[in-house]
Amino acid sequence: MSGVVFLTTDPVDFLVVGAGAAGGVVAKELATAGFRVVVLEQGPYLHEGDYSHDEIKFTIEPGLTNDPKIQPIIFRKSETDQARRMKAIEYGRQVGGGSVHFTANYWRFHESDFHERSLCGEVSGADLRDWPITYADLEPYYTKAEHELGISGLGGANPFEAPRSKRYPLPPMPVKSSGILFERATRSLGLHPFPAPVAILSQPYQGRAPCVNCGFCESFGCEVGAKSSTLVSLIPLAEKTGRCEIRPHCYVRKIVTNDAGRATGAIYFDRKRREVFQSAGAVFVCANGVETPKLLLMSKSKRFPEGLANSSGLVGKYLMWDNGASVQGLFEHPLNEYKGIQVTRLIHDYYASDLKRGFYGGGGIDARFDYYPAGFALHGLPPEAPKWGSEFKQIFESYFSRTMTLLSHTTSLAQEKNAVSLDPEVKDAWGLPAVRITSDYHPDDAATMKWMVAKQIEILEAAGALKTWSQPFDVVDNMPSRHLMGTCRMGNDPRSSVVNPFSRTHDVPNLFLVDGSNFVTSGRQQPTATIQALAYRAADYAIGAVKSGELR
Amino acid sequence: MKSTRRRWLSNCLAMVAWPEVLSAQRYARTAAKSPTSDFETLDADTAGEIEAIAAQIIPSSGGPGAREAGVIYFIDRALATFAADDRDAYRTGMALLQQKRKQLFPNSRSIASLTGQEQMALIRAVETSDFFELLRTHTVLGFLGNPSYGGNRGKIGWKQIGFEGSMAYQPPFGYYDAQVNGEEK
Repeated sequence: MSGVVFLTTDPVDFLVVGAGAAGGVVAKELATAGFRVVVLEQGPYLHEGDYSHDEIKFTIEPGLTNDPKIQPIIFRKSETDQARRMKAIEYGRQVGGGSVHFTANYWRFHESDFHERSLCGEVSGADLRDWPITYADLEPYYTKAEHELGISGLGGANPFEAPRSKRYPLPPMPVKSSGILFERATRSLGLHPFPAPVAILSQPYQGRAPCVNCGFCESFGCEVGAKSSTLVSLIPLAEKTGRCEIRPHCYVRKIVTNDAGRATGAIYFDRKRREVFQSAGAVFVCANGVETPKLLLMSKSKRFPEGLANSSGLVGKYLMWDNGASVQGLFEHPLNEYKGIQVTRLIHDYYASDLKRGFYGGGGIDARFDYYPAGFALHGLPPEAPKWGSEFKQIFESYFSRTMTLLSHTTSLAQEKNAVSLDPEVKDAWGLPAVRITSDYHPDDAATMKWMVAKQIEILEAAGALKTWSQPFDVVDNMPSRHLMGTCRMGNDPRSSVVNPFSRTHDVPNLFLVDGSNFVTSGRQQPTATIQALAYRAADYAIGAVKSGELR
Repeated sequence: MKSTRRRWLSNCLAMVAWPEVLSAQRYARTAAKSPTSDFETLDADTAGEIEAIAAQIIPSSGGPGAREAGVIYFIDRALATFAADDRDAYRTGMALLQQKRKQLFPNSRSIASLTGQEQMALIRAVETSDFFELLRTHTVLGFLGNPSYGGNRGKIGWKQIGFEGSMAYQPPFGYYDAQVNGEEK
């Protein structure tokens, strides 16, 4: 945490906004390449000792995520829908960002994800497009991410996986009862289960201790540092160079540009809510798929009246949602799913879109349990179960150790009307406009989830479940969305995209955006690996551009 | 990263805004039964009334319930800390509940003094209200949340559901993975 401190008036080479999954990668890459870097992070700088197994603190209170009491979020399904204050979206708000509190699923995209428009054709009501890059462009960076962060998995075990140049650096995590039941059932159905690739250490790695199977991954920070967040893997490497300063509690309100249309730095509120300007030669915004477009829309100027890097008018548009549905299954014997990491087995058999189904979309299905004790009693029980009384008690007491979940992770189509914008009225605690989210499913998104739920039930029944039940899946039930994608999409054409194939904005030559906002399609959720691969690639490109003199 | 708890989160947020229609109404003050310790936010009478409801939400049938877990102490402390914003909701919600009690049982003096059957009838009359959902949520958190919050005394709730609450585990974790590993558990 201690280390170099730069003067705000002294231009650093790079300013990075957001110290999360992407910002941590960019900071480490730039600092180790010899550049001077300041990273501004909205949230605090926490460490292992700050985390605990406290369900109330980390799941009922905002915990490691954005707090809508100080940063309100306005939600509406459509422009004509009544806007409401809701925690519609959620992001990790601390050094390490979402990589600290995520479940740690670490899926590469498939080759098909990059050219689904060519494969599937036009989808009415959506703007399905090919990415301007291919899987092969990202493959070296997926590999680099897996090895620098520490990912456990079994390469080649998933027959649908795209080619990989290197194995995972660590073997898979120990299988849980949910994994065993899922494996048996899916094999009996002719499907292809494989060990979940996760950003959690199954063995000691690079001076870090392995997982102790405590079970508190999702929503929690890892108390032993075994979850491969940027906080414990890359940010220490960035700081060790003596050229990277991580500044927590810094909330950026504007990217500043000069008359030549180049970014010169950013204005932020510091811990005491004083306005500070940090000067920089180039800027990376890695603030997530909602905060990044919000910052661009707030960074209006004479030259950029519609917001920065927004000549296409697409900043904030095409927000893609965290789609999927959960089905629970009750078994005869104890599974004790609260022990161990959340997910140990999954399938990608239904990943590819198959137009014979009658709609665009597909997904992965994993076997998991991501309830903690109180959350299970409150929201994990069958819908028909009583909500109070002796039967309620009897059910939550006898089901907790015997229940598992199958969760599908499904496509979200890019629709222009689904968007992040600035609320015209509501302000946050700093006086900045509240985020307004407009989002609803495309009919094919809903059709995919329904189709997938039937498969999930089929698998649970094949596994011998005594009973199955599913949650409702209106867009509001899939809330808060934690996979925030598509809002500054990548493309070759400045008229139909915000960033180029290297995450550099078309409009401002020394401004890069890299996080979920770059995504052209949603993949099948689990965006972290792709976000980090994009970040490595963008940093690589920026370093080359400086060295060639093209960026300066 | 996707979470099955998210519905719960958004529900919580939906509860932030409460109608304050009944804030001026008085609520009955009757003798509390079990809570005798000092409370931070509740008076003993109100605590007794709330506890009577909590003990119907998680009764002591078939093992310890809300009463044994000290849920009322959890609620009292919650209203002083992370749930301080819910104090008005409790004030108005309890007033409504008392009004309902008088309506249903005109000769009664308090919720705590109603019979179990009467208390259940009272809950059935309000079970779809936002306040009941809040009280239900707090009761469950007080039964199954971290004991440091004043409830779940002696980890009584965790024992009831079979949650060990350890800092680390070794496989096998459950019956089915133990079976595969050739071990009985």
